[in-house]
Amino acid sequence: MTLANIWFFLVALLLTVYVILDGFDLGVGVLYPFVARTEGEKRVARASIGPIWDGNEVWLISGAGAIFAAFPMVYAMTFSGFYLAIMLVLFGLILRAVSLEFRHKDEGWKRVWDGAFFLGSLVPSMLVGCALGNVIRGVPMDLRGDYTGTFLQLLNPYSLLVGVTGLFLIVTHGAAWLAVKSEGELHVRALRCRKITFWVFAVLAVATSAATILTVSRASDNVFGRPLGWFFLAVLAVALLYTIWQMTKVGGELKSFLGSAVIIIGLAGIAAVGNFPEIVPARGTPPETSLTIARTASGHLTLLVMLIVALIGCPIVLAYTALVYRTFRGKTKAADAEY
Amino acid sequence: MDAAMLARIQFAFTISYHFIFVPISIGVGMMVVLSEHRYYKSGIPADKAASNFWIKLFTATFAIGVATGITMEFAFGANWANYSRFVGNIFGAPLAAEGLLAFFLESTFLGVLLFGRKKVSRRFYYVSACLVWAGALLSALWIIIANSWMQTPQGYKIEGGRAVLTSFWAAAFNPSTAPRYFHTVASALLMGCFVVAGVCAWYMLKKRHLHFARQAMLWAISVGLVMALAMPLLGHWGALVAAEHQPVKVAAFENVTDTEDGATLWLFGWLTKNDDGTYDTHGIGIPKGLSLILHLNPDARVTGLDSVPAADRPPEPIVFQSYHLMIGLGMLFVLVLLLTLVMHYLKRLENARWLLWSLIACIPLALLAINMGWVSAEVGRQPWIVQGLMRTTDGISPAVSTGEIWTTLGLFGLIYLVLFVAWLRIFVGIIRKGPEDVVEMLEADKVGAPAPAGAGR
Repeated sequence: MTLANIWFFLVALLLTVYVILDGFDLGVGVLYPFVARTEGEKRVARASIGPIWDGNEVWLISGAGAIFAAFPMVYAMTFSGFYLAIMLVLFGLILRAVSLEFRHKDEGWKRVWDGAFFLGSLVPSMLVGCALGNVIRGVPMDLRGDYTGTFLQLLNPYSLLVGVTGLFLIVTHGAAWLAVKSEGELHVRALRCRKITFWVFAVLAVATSAATILTVSRASDNVFGRPLGWFFLAVLAVALLYTIWQMTKVGGELKSFLGSAVIIIGLAGIAAVGNFPEIVPARGTPPETSLTIARTASGHLTLLVMLIVALIGCPIVLAYTALVYRTFRGKTKAADAEY
Repeated sequence: MDAAMLARIQFAFTISYHFIFVPISIGVGMMVVLSEHRYYKSGIPADKAASNFWIKLFTATFAIGVATGITMEFAFGANWANYSRFVGNIFGAPLAAEGLLAFFLESTFLGVLLFGRKKVSRRFYYVSACLVWAGALLSALWIIIANSWMQTPQGYKIEGGRAVLTSFWAAAFNPSTAPRYFHTVASALLMGCFVVAGVCAWYMLKKRHLHFARQAMLWAISVGLVMALAMPLLGHWGALVAAEHQPVKVAAFENVTDTEDGATLWLFGWLTKNDDGTYDTHGIGIPKGLSLILHLNPDARVTGLDSVPAADRPPEPIVFQSYHLMIGLGMLFVLVLLLTLVMHYLKRLENARWLLWSLIACIPLALLAINMGWVSAEVGRQPWIVQGLMRTTDGISPAVSTGEIWTTLGLFGLIYLVLFVAWLRIFVGIIRKGPEDVVEMLEADKVGAPAPAGAGR
């Protein structure tokens, strides 16, 4: 295992943690206009993620920073190649961050902030999946490592399918979180949403799998041809069954939430194994334009220093993150909102 | 307009906008720590109300600072792909480290500040406030490390058309890191002091919350004066480093066209263009002053702009004026703070309406000074994106069209304008409302305490 390979899986891990953690608060944002009807319910929905969403989002910032440092060519290609999509994600995240912070301080504009919270959650939830779809499918590039396709080529059916699948997974995950944190009618509605969105996700996931096997055989061959691929397939299967089982039980909210978290781990693992040792494969351009780990990795010293930083930093971050989650455990009450 | 210029405009706009909220956050963050420390020690409701007030101003500003900060991280890959490929080995690491070692700290404990008042102990809350502020200071350190490497690159070698790290410590603590970090932090603290002093001045003008205002005012002007006096020294340190490593930038600061012995230090002036592309300076200056402060010798030689070809020189008028505006404002701040302190000890401050209004006016002026400092530092480095290694025009994203940059520039303009209006309304609204009334706060706490009776089930 070279340092560069370690970094490939570390970046995958950072982004997976991001999807698990920010995923549920993005999901709550997408559900917000549908499940939270009274002012009190809206308050609970926002306060359920209020103390933690900001920290969750830092996983994306760290993940993007890690790609920049460890695989600069990949960072440069994706961010400039997926330009408009990346900017839409950015605008979404900005509006969402500000709306969460300003909503309770600003009665006059509350409809504006409610709308911004919903849209700012929906757009990134959808587009992050689309970007992943393109990364699995491959994109046309030149030898310098620049994207040579058009914006519309990014909106191909396969990537859109991955995007919508991801959206429903995130919403399911968010509904499970809201069910854990809420009471009364909001709780009941969250449970109902969780059920509907989970089954939509399940159907879409089957379609995505079939589409991958049929149109991106490189990825599926990699997964089926490697023990690690079978491992993540097994993780996914167990997590799906466990989540379904917990969804049928009263009081299984937290366990079904953990179940959807493990589903995300399984899917992310499959995607990573499917692309390894390429990060972004070429599609429609010569194979030497592919952004492979070996070709794009930073120098040895950079990777080593970063690894040391990560090994020191990650456990500390996880420890105090756990402390803060623990501080805000239990059902969220309307009175818990910010002063 | 070409893509490089458009991308520069977009970066300049988004970073200047971001840097409205950063210094206010760092500066008011200090006030949060100080006031929360006071409440932690005393446990008096009035101290709690005071601390809550600063926390509200802090969090409202911090939120928009965080949100607009993501733009900056995305901007390198999106608009500056060639640059990112060239420097990723070195420049990416501090950005990743910022996330892991600083950003997590501030964001996670911000949640406690926002939602934890009734859930955690006074000590936990106080420590959280300290950690948020520490995170902000660390965050600034990593960003200044990254930016300083663009000014005075060290600890690298060029290999296969990219900069590869050879020494982490040499790259991170390159010659300009320390002076620029302390200069930046001091400016942010000064900014915060002006926000605090301005708010207190407004209360004094309106004769409201006077007890609160007197106490905070004294803190703000004491710390502010220390910072305002430290600024020229820290700036001077930075200028000495720049004179050694970026002599052309220093030449542009004072428009030293030809390398000369005994160069002039200009207090203010204007530039007129000559036929050969150089500029003449007109204004008031101290003869031989620049040589004296840079080399402690009035006849020392100062490298001029003529030491490099015309294509390697920054646009002198912008650099000259932004630099001198920054210094002029810095002097003004010392004067205002000194006067305020004197009037405070003469017990005449609260009736000196002109001085109170001056303190309020210093809030936007301090922002202007900070921005002018950055303009002189960044434009002064042009035409280089990394001093001596890569030109700004070579750093762009070949895959991004000018139409796409125009589109996003327009969207940034629109969204940022709306956010600015919203932030200002909220910020001013918090100030208008003022610190909570202690009696009301105690009543509210009594209602809040036995919560299970009402809300829960």
